[in-house]
Amino acid sequence: MSSIDLTLPDLNKTVPIDQIGVEERVARLNSRSIKKKSKVEALKLALNMVDLTTLEGMDSPGKVRQLCNKAKRPLPGHPDIPQVAAVCVYPSMVKIAKNSLKETDIHVASVATAFPSGMAPFQVKIDEVKFALDEGADEIDMVISRGKFLSGEYKYVADEIAQIKETCGEKHLKVILETGELQTLDNVRKASDIAMYSGADFIKTSTGKVKPAATMPVTLVMLEAIRDFYFKNGHKVGMKPAGGIRDAKTALKYLVMVKETLGAEWLNNDYFRFGASSLANDLLMQIIKQETGVYQSGDYFSID
Amino acid sequence: MIEEEKKHKARLDFHSKWEYSPAPESSDHIQLKEQYELFINGAFVAPEQGEYFDTINPAKEEKLSSVALATEADIDKAVKSARNAYKKYWSKLSNRDRGKYIFRIARLIQERAREFAVIESLDGGKPIRESRDVDIPLAAAHFFYYAGWADKLKYAFPGRDPKPLGVAGQIIPWNFPLLMAAWKIAPALATGNTVVIKPAETTPLTALKLAEIIQEADLPPGVVNIVTGAGKTGEAIVQHPDVNKIAFTGSTQVGKIIQKSLAGTDKKYSLELGGKGANIIYEDAAIDQAVEGIINAIFFNQGHVCCAGSRLFVQESVADEVISKLKDRMDTLIVGDPLDKNTDIGAINSKAQLNKINELIESGLNEGAEIYQLECDLPGQGYWCRPTLFQEVSQSHRIVQEEIFGPVLTIQTFRTPEEVIKKANNTPYGLSGGIWTDKGSKIFQTGSKLRAGVVWSNTFNKFDATSPFGGYKESGMGREGGLHGLLPYLELQ
Repeated sequence: MSSIDLTLPDLNKTVPIDQIGVEERVARLNSRSIKKKSKVEALKLALNMVDLTTLEGMDSPGKVRQLCNKAKRPLPGHPDIPQVAAVCVYPSMVKIAKNSLKETDIHVASVATAFPSGMAPFQVKIDEVKFALDEGADEIDMVISRGKFLSGEYKYVADEIAQIKETCGEKHLKVILETGELQTLDNVRKASDIAMYSGADFIKTSTGKVKPAATMPVTLVMLEAIRDFYFKNGHKVGMKPAGGIRDAKTALKYLVMVKETLGAEWLNNDYFRFGASSLANDLLMQIIKQETGVYQSGDYFSID
Repeated sequence: MIEEEKKHKARLDFHSKWEYSPAPESSDHIQLKEQYELFINGAFVAPEQGEYFDTINPAKEEKLSSVALATEADIDKAVKSARNAYKKYWSKLSNRDRGKYIFRIARLIQERAREFAVIESLDGGKPIRESRDVDIPLAAAHFFYYAGWADKLKYAFPGRDPKPLGVAGQIIPWNFPLLMAAWKIAPALATGNTVVIKPAETTPLTALKLAEIIQEADLPPGVVNIVTGAGKTGEAIVQHPDVNKIAFTGSTQVGKIIQKSLAGTDKKYSLELGGKGANIIYEDAAIDQAVEGIINAIFFNQGHVCCAGSRLFVQESVADEVISKLKDRMDTLIVGDPLDKNTDIGAINSKAQLNKINELIESGLNEGAEIYQLECDLPGQGYWCRPTLFQEVSQSHRIVQEEIFGPVLTIQTFRTPEEVIKKANNTPYGLSGGIWTDKGSKIFQTGSKLRAGVVWSNTFNKFDATSPFGGYKESGMGREGGLHGLLPYLELQ
């Protein structure tokens, strides 16, 4: 990353995004029909891209350990079913998660920087990131300062991301734009550019605490921003829609969008993640449905 | 600079992981007869001379059915039945009751939408995604829309007394078979005329299915007559002395012949002919959405669209970006089985059309244009054409001047609005145009200077029953759709 010289583009210029055009493109992508072999393949791929998430004030060490067990063995007795990509928790739970997941490839992601609002002094944010890293986090999910962004202080937002990235070093930084608060697709595009030019390894739609969370039009605009960034700088940035993706059918639509916007190189958990909690069980249920031809009761899938 | 260019040309890999499995729409429920007769006076009757022709599935080169060939004697019979129905039933019905019949047709099309969509794709080669999402719903929408006008004609033309013309002879093309039948039949019936309509010889099946619906809707016999055949059959309709109005959609070449033969008669006519639409991308456009618009403009329905945006004009400063993104987007197009729900580009409608497209592609190469074609596997059987781009072309290339009616796009660059408007208008056609910019004033500035009947901005190939459609110059005369679409079927007293 450090070897690439990225000059921030003129942020007062807006890359025009046509909302109606974006929605039509999404509708067309949604008309893809995913059947049979390609469906099974996609369901497993999607499961392997899930960041199992618990971000509640009432999270307990026990809850986090349960989640980690689920991450390791999504469905006991089915070794062909892949593990999830990561477990995403608050900084205070990182150590517990890390311990539960040792000797696995599953990453521990920690939200930081006064998640979800980002309303904290800068130094506090840095300290929180350092704390999460010290506890063993492999990935940091930060939030941008939406207030500053909306007041036009783009440089502030960019500097903040750049300094957090510096603190992260080699660890992956996901930058949450909280697109539900940015509202327009022009803003989503601009925030995506700011995040990528400031060193984001991933750009992420939402905290899950604001509605709407991830939507398909927003995700498409972000994927197209990633594509332009790749064309311009030859550097691949990952994408993580988070919040509101609850069923397998929706997840497959997202995968279609990734496949037809960015192609095969993004179809893996190094470059695409789902931030979700209930999605995993629906994916499992659909995988078993494809294998056996019948739906199993929800009681056959652990609720951890 | 060289490094910069290399980066720009970095291509994406859309194929090495996760290919979609086939997702064919079932055609098991489709019932086609071995042989179709002419639909005259509310019944299916054999043609006088007993001749039939085959209609085939262009994706497989397999015969679907044989269809009656109507000759002059049959046309005379059809026109007589239409005249009789006009006098005896249709002109005597109240406007509201006439509307009820049209509503009934609309509802029956909706009920049988899936069947119609599959037959449209089988007979014409268009992808099921389009016949299901565009052709059939729009056909139903046209009937619904004009059904609503039937009892409100006086409000459409305040202070005037609108009167029907009598018998309308209608000839429709093969690119949107059922939709074009709807565009023709719905306004004619709503305004109180009766109809003799001829579908194209390569795609007669959905019109004949529509005949079944018209029977089911219990229309008085002879109000709609559907006759099948090729050019000669059409000629017999045009020249029949008891036809009051001719509505034709098709090539400019045939349109001119019709216009000549109607000169000096008192028949009214409306013509919807060819086009060579200019699609203009300004540098301040939303580029990713504009690229999608280019795809919709030229590759919709294999480019068999009279209003296709077949001439692309891109402002020089964004040309490299647009063309490189366009190629990437083309790489995700799926060409193949029209009945597969994931197919973007289906079969070319007929051998003759494929030959014509190939001849024009050949001429582009001979005239020194630079070709780019999608690399993909094509099925062994059937008529197929790869989505094609031509760069390094100018206004003097045949492929820029002539309507190709296939998935072939020519690309030119421009520097100023004045230059692009001049070039866009430098064609005998004037059917459609598109303007892509983020700036509202630019849309109006350019749009008001384009000599085309339909100008889309930041979109392309959008149709709606409420919106008039038709051409300037050699692209035709008269409007279809909307309130304007009533006029060609009325005399205003």
